[in-house]
Amino acid sequence: MEFASLSLFNQAIILFAALALFMSFIMLAQARMMPLIFTFAWQGLLLTMVSVLVAIASGHPHLHISAAITFCLKVVVIPWLLYRLSAKLNMQYDAEAITHPTLLLLGGVALVIFSYHVSQSIVHLSGLATRNTIAVSMAIELLGMLLMIARKSAVAQVIGFMSMESGIFFAAVVSTYGMPLIVELGLAFDILVASILFGVFFFHLKDSFGSLNVGQFNRLSEANQPMPSPEAAEPAPGERS
Amino acid sequence: MTLLEITLLIPLLGGLLLALVGHRPIAGWINIAVGVMTFGAALAMALEVLDHGPQLSPSRMFYIDAFNVYLVVLTAFVGLTTSIFSRPYMRHEVERGRVTSRRLRLYHAMYQCFLFSMLLALSTNNLGILWIGMELATLTTVLLVSLYRTPEAIEAAWKYFILCGVGIAQALFGTVLIYFAAETKFGAGRDDTLLWTVLHESAGGMDPAVITLAFVFLLVGYGTKVGLVPLHNWLPDAHSEGPTPMSAVLSGLLLNVALYALVRVKMLVDGSLHTNLAGNLMMGFGLLSFTVAGLFLHRQHDVKRMFSYSSIEHMGLITFGFGMGGPLATFGALLHMTVHSLTKSAIFITVGHACQLAGTQRITQIRGLIRTQPAIGWGLLLGTVAIAGFPPFGVFISEFLLLMATMKTWPWLTIPLLAGFGVAFGGLFRHMQQMVFGEPPPGQKPVEANMLPVVVHLLLVLWLGLAIPGFLSRWFEQATVLITGASPL
Repeated sequence: MEFASLSLFNQAIILFAALALFMSFIMLAQARMMPLIFTFAWQGLLLTMVSVLVAIASGHPHLHISAAITFCLKVVVIPWLLYRLSAKLNMQYDAEAITHPTLLLLGGVALVIFSYHVSQSIVHLSGLATRNTIAVSMAIELLGMLLMIARKSAVAQVIGFMSMESGIFFAAVVSTYGMPLIVELGLAFDILVASILFGVFFFHLKDSFGSLNVGQFNRLSEANQPMPSPEAAEPAPGERS
Repeated sequence: MTLLEITLLIPLLGGLLLALVGHRPIAGWINIAVGVMTFGAALAMALEVLDHGPQLSPSRMFYIDAFNVYLVVLTAFVGLTTSIFSRPYMRHEVERGRVTSRRLRLYHAMYQCFLFSMLLALSTNNLGILWIGMELATLTTVLLVSLYRTPEAIEAAWKYFILCGVGIAQALFGTVLIYFAAETKFGAGRDDTLLWTVLHESAGGMDPAVITLAFVFLLVGYGTKVGLVPLHNWLPDAHSEGPTPMSAVLSGLLLNVALYALVRVKMLVDGSLHTNLAGNLMMGFGLLSFTVAGLFLHRQHDVKRMFSYSSIEHMGLITFGFGMGGPLATFGALLHMTVHSLTKSAIFITVGHACQLAGTQRITQIRGLIRTQPAIGWGLLLGTVAIAGFPPFGVFISEFLLLMATMKTWPWLTIPLLAGFGVAFGGLFRHMQQMVFGEPPPGQKPVEANMLPVVVHLLLVLWLGLAIPGFLSRWFEQATVLITGASPL
């Protein structure tokens, strides 16, 4: 398929999808908190624009609603929430050490190739102009998962989680012109509740562990179970307020 | 308003009411009352379905057939008995200072919302709503796992949240792919293509490549919630660190609901592929979970953790049974779902009281239960005997049926199954002797315990082991016919 032979709308859709994928890579390599949150917001904006373009190109008006939902959640609410929380927890200038960044990015590349390979067998089914982007959406989803696995900071894990969700939402838009409205609304509600809960957890983590680095979790592992003293495992009555 | 809507509305409104009532002592009673009403409505609905067959709500949003109706009743029932247990239990936890009384508001409200989300997932006809219900079940329980706010509890809740969140996101991707396959078949623009009834009728025409891919994603997604190895890590943590009533409903109900979702999807996939791919994958993961969890039973130092590994083991066995397909295996798996749910929640209730009695969850420090408080000691002993699959309890019957089915279709696999039963038996009874009969530490005093739920559950399991009542076996049979297309009887 010649890129230039596509209509302008389709060219724009593919361009924005590619940029959204690029944002996923930036997030993988971005160690500092604030730029990470902003990159996530940019990705949300790009995906919103794809939804709007698909809505115009295909004449499915209800895609405007899902574009609006994406915009509200992924560009405004969640980044704002994360920004506020990191400011409140005094960690907006924190950076985490990424181990093996090159390997991580190469792993990301492998995931993109894998997504193209997997979606090879199904893209021919789709008569939609956007079929090229199914692979991209799957790649965004898998890259979000890689981000969650590779990073130790709770904020980065949340961003990875939300980015996965964006990838799936994107897949729904480009492969089937969006899910039924009731499902999309339910999804949005779930994501909203999840982001609020994540916020609650940031405070709990900070209180209990002193930081948002979940790499220091070691109390509940199966291998060589640490044997905490009985008092540590089980607070005596009245010890905890 | 149909009975189903009432069944769904009661826990939802109950949750709101409990959020308003707060931590007043009456909240525990209201929780029980809501449980009673939900169970009553569910029972009435079940009788209606038994008389008139499957029901599709006018908006086609909900669908009740033999398969999910008995899970609805089971969910409402265990929800009720656990709420009876939780009232004195949580009051005692407040007295011990493990939770502030303020957090009881959160606990009670979320308890009912959790039941609502499971009932929603069970009764909906829409695969998208099914996913939303499953995710809602995670969201409502995550704050309950961290209720004690110890570092361990926070760690467990975070793990639970992240792992189940990632897992369930895969299931959403699978759902999108199924929708994609359906749209390619029906053409875009219809908004009923995510309805299970519509999909099931025309599963044959959906593209096998897409459906295969979708099933892999759905298996990973819902499999995480079922607790299949290697995605089980959240389960023992969440069970051991959360309040015990939560462990009882997580093990007894949530795992079932996730498996229900998986089996529903398998029915679609089987209709489309006409191969046993889905079944084989489920058998593989089921057997792996069964074996690995059995081995892990031996390594545990925490009694709640130990029993959560036993849950993984049994869920693995049930997944294996559903994967094997065939009427006998499916019948056995359905029965095992029921008896496991009843027995495991009874065990967790007893374990909760035992931990309060001993003041710890560490196995080495729980001693002499039978001497200090015979009811708890006997409850734990009989519960463990039941879950290990001794006759005359129901678990024996269902495990026997599953074993028979394996022998008929995959004779070689009976060897790992039998070995697994042996290993799990050893793991469970390794510490039981000391915990139940040992010398109680000085100063160990009985606690206020309501053993009624345990007695009722174990009697039901015993009843199912001695004779399955006619209406129940008819239900199971109808469900089996629904899933496999053939009758076991």
